[in-house]
Amino acid sequence: MSAETQVQGRTDVQGFLAEHAEKELLRLAVVGSVDDGKSTLIGRLLYECNGLFEDQVAAVKRASAGGEIDFSLFTDGLRAEREQGITIDVAYRYFSTKRRKVIVADTPGHLQYTRNMATGASTADAAVILVDARLGILPQTRRHAYIASLLGIPYLAVAINKMDLMDFDPAVFQRLATEFEAFSRTLGFEQVRFFPISARTGDNITQPSARTPWHDGETLLGWLETLPHERRQEDAAFRFPVQYVLRPDLDYRGFAGQIVSGKVRLGDEVVVYPSRRRTHIASIDTFEGRLEEASAPASVTLRLTDEVDISRGDQIAHAEQPPRVLQDMEAMLVWFGEERLDTSRRYLVKHTSKYVPAHIEQVLWRKELEDLSEQPAPTLGLNDIAKVRLVCKRPVVCDPYRDNRRTGAFIVVDPLTNDTVAAGMILGGAGGQGADETRSLVSASERRERLGQSGAVLLLTGTPEVRDAALRLERALFDQGRHTATVRGDAENALALAEAGLLAILYTPVPQARLGLREQLRGAGVPWLELEPSEDVDTQVKRVLDAQEKTP
Amino acid sequence: MSETLAARHSHLAVLEAESIHILRETAAEFARPVMLYSIGKDSQVLLHLARKAFHPAPLPFPLLHVDTTWKFREMYRFRDEFTSRHGLNLLVHQNKKALAEGINPFDHGSQKYTHAMKTQSLLEALALHGFDAAFGGARRDEEKSRAKERVYSFRDRHGQWEPRKQRPELWNLYNGRIDAGESMRVFPLSNWTELDVWHYILKERIPVVPLYFAAERPVVSRNGQWIMVDDERMRLRPGEKPVLKRVRFRTLGCYPLSGAVESSAASVEEIITEMVESRVSERQGRLIDHDEEGSMELKKREGYF
Repeated sequence: MSAETQVQGRTDVQGFLAEHAEKELLRLAVVGSVDDGKSTLIGRLLYECNGLFEDQVAAVKRASAGGEIDFSLFTDGLRAEREQGITIDVAYRYFSTKRRKVIVADTPGHLQYTRNMATGASTADAAVILVDARLGILPQTRRHAYIASLLGIPYLAVAINKMDLMDFDPAVFQRLATEFEAFSRTLGFEQVRFFPISARTGDNITQPSARTPWHDGETLLGWLETLPHERRQEDAAFRFPVQYVLRPDLDYRGFAGQIVSGKVRLGDEVVVYPSRRRTHIASIDTFEGRLEEASAPASVTLRLTDEVDISRGDQIAHAEQPPRVLQDMEAMLVWFGEERLDTSRRYLVKHTSKYVPAHIEQVLWRKELEDLSEQPAPTLGLNDIAKVRLVCKRPVVCDPYRDNRRTGAFIVVDPLTNDTVAAGMILGGAGGQGADETRSLVSASERRERLGQSGAVLLLTGTPEVRDAALRLERALFDQGRHTATVRGDAENALALAEAGLLAILYTPVPQARLGLREQLRGAGVPWLELEPSEDVDTQVKRVLDAQEKTP
Repeated sequence: MSETLAARHSHLAVLEAESIHILRETAAEFARPVMLYSIGKDSQVLLHLARKAFHPAPLPFPLLHVDTTWKFREMYRFRDEFTSRHGLNLLVHQNKKALAEGINPFDHGSQKYTHAMKTQSLLEALALHGFDAAFGGARRDEEKSRAKERVYSFRDRHGQWEPRKQRPELWNLYNGRIDAGESMRVFPLSNWTELDVWHYILKERIPVVPLYFAAERPVVSRNGQWIMVDDERMRLRPGEKPVLKRVRFRTLGCYPLSGAVESSAASVEEIITEMVESRVSERQGRLIDHDEEGSMELKKREGYF
């Protein structure tokens, strides 16, 4: 168990739980190059904070060569890692201090696995970067520090490790600290602290070391306990990406999601993006009952006073603090793909709860991590970090990453391999386009008035005869005076027609395509309806017309 | 409802909100999700979180119990009572072929037995129903290879895990895209510790199988573990004679493979007290973890969840 359990004899369980309940959760990333002692440091922290059990300690004692405990064995968990003596993948460890529960992301240092380092750092509130005192600041150290700053980690500890092998020489420590400081000054950390440590012998980790009288005495653990906690998201603008629509019966329609920032109160006027419909909060629902107010990071369900058409991927925000709605944007990318970026290809961007097709149109510059200079680059390879221009097929409701880590972040997925090929951070609109992308000078309501209908996509899938069903439906709707078109298999085309005001009947005989099409339609912000090809055409027409009546 | 600021930001509240977010993402993105239900304490917590996530609607997925037929009788009783009381859709799957072959934990050893009755059986059930995402209650603090597990853990067409090819998982953006035949294991409790789980059970008054609480039970001592004699199928070795001991279980599996601990903890509070004071890990009583160094990793590669 953990340091939180420093109880003598019988435990006062109520007191203990009260203390446990109020602890803050701190997410920490430990980064550094290969062999600089990350695993040993984390093993040492777990061991000295009582984060390990007796049988785990006994197993490691058995596996350690010689008499000393090999602390790195507490963490390297995969067979391949023990074979090669390196950490391949990020691992998560848990320990507690008096004030905090700490989730440690133990991240790999090896160049090949930089993506896993970014994985561990993306959610961190603070980072520890290890430097081997014998080797000094390496290119990988710079790379990791830059990624940590890019990901918005405010607090950084630089642990100069293996000081025991340098006789705890203050000159070595000073030289490395000065060198790092010169490099990191431009990176924008709120705080950078330096610690002379030895993970193997335990100096300045949880106990001040007698061998560094020249150090101010602060330990790494002391720093972790006292550094300002994760930025509270409560005072930020209210952002609520809709994850899931709950419709248990005809009377209940709730929008489930996590408040990623800010707070919301009953009765608040809100705007739904990207449709920009205004409405009010009618109810904030949870399993325990209704709330007057809720704030980040709560997962709740919102009900609204008006029947607004909202689907997964839409966002609810306050009118006075609107998010950006962007299609062309500038962003920072960390490229993870084994294959190079292809600027002519279509990728998928996952942002909050939706996927949007996108092109990475241009690499504006690539960061040279040796000297932090910006270099021209036609494309990107593994572990490159760059500023790019991204063009999305659908509007993305977002904020710049520096304002909001949740609504400013995205991942890039290769639709052919399904691999996550990049992590992205939104800087803002492209080409000084700060405000919204205007997609047309004709508004949806003008179209509605002219055509006497709202554009929508009608999805029909799954049977070989689906084409006939689609054509029959088109004929029937046309005979009812509606403007229609049929499209085979291509959601992008169907959406474009729907945006122009038509009822676009999208069909495909391939059953597996259904999920993908639904996903694209969900993310599009255009009304859509899934119909059963087996239903008779009158029923289908009735369902379409009913839905049209409900659409404002 | 009045909540203090501290309660809203306490780590349990943060963990709960994160788990609910994961449950909703999965239900929205996959065509046929399922929740693996092992009747243990983590399953109970996971199920409770799922009920919160979709309230007031019913769960949008069924539960699946991969039944080895060797669970404790009290577990079966609890499973049937609990799921029927809450109107949950429970599927039970047994590896019929292995049962017909008479595979059991005594003759075939824990490794072969686990492979047939748990790993194979799970893969069979997932394929049978075409499930493309399966929730599990595994936590990263349980075991070293679990510490490496993503929240969304990709499995290939054969249900296998490849640790070198895990997708990077940034922020709370989970990449759930898969091709036909592939699947995802999803672990909403990844960031919870054993203490968090018990604390949450106490706070939310979540019912758990009584085997977690100390009581007098017939046990035999075997390889340094107390093994409960739950029914007449238990094979006693020469000289073994069941004795009544006051014991409880920290982790529940198949009864011949679950070691009990001597304890007097008869309530959740007492369990927490005991856990705080004891310093032995929960999986120490799991015989299947100790088959060889790295054995959980090997099982996971084959498709064990």
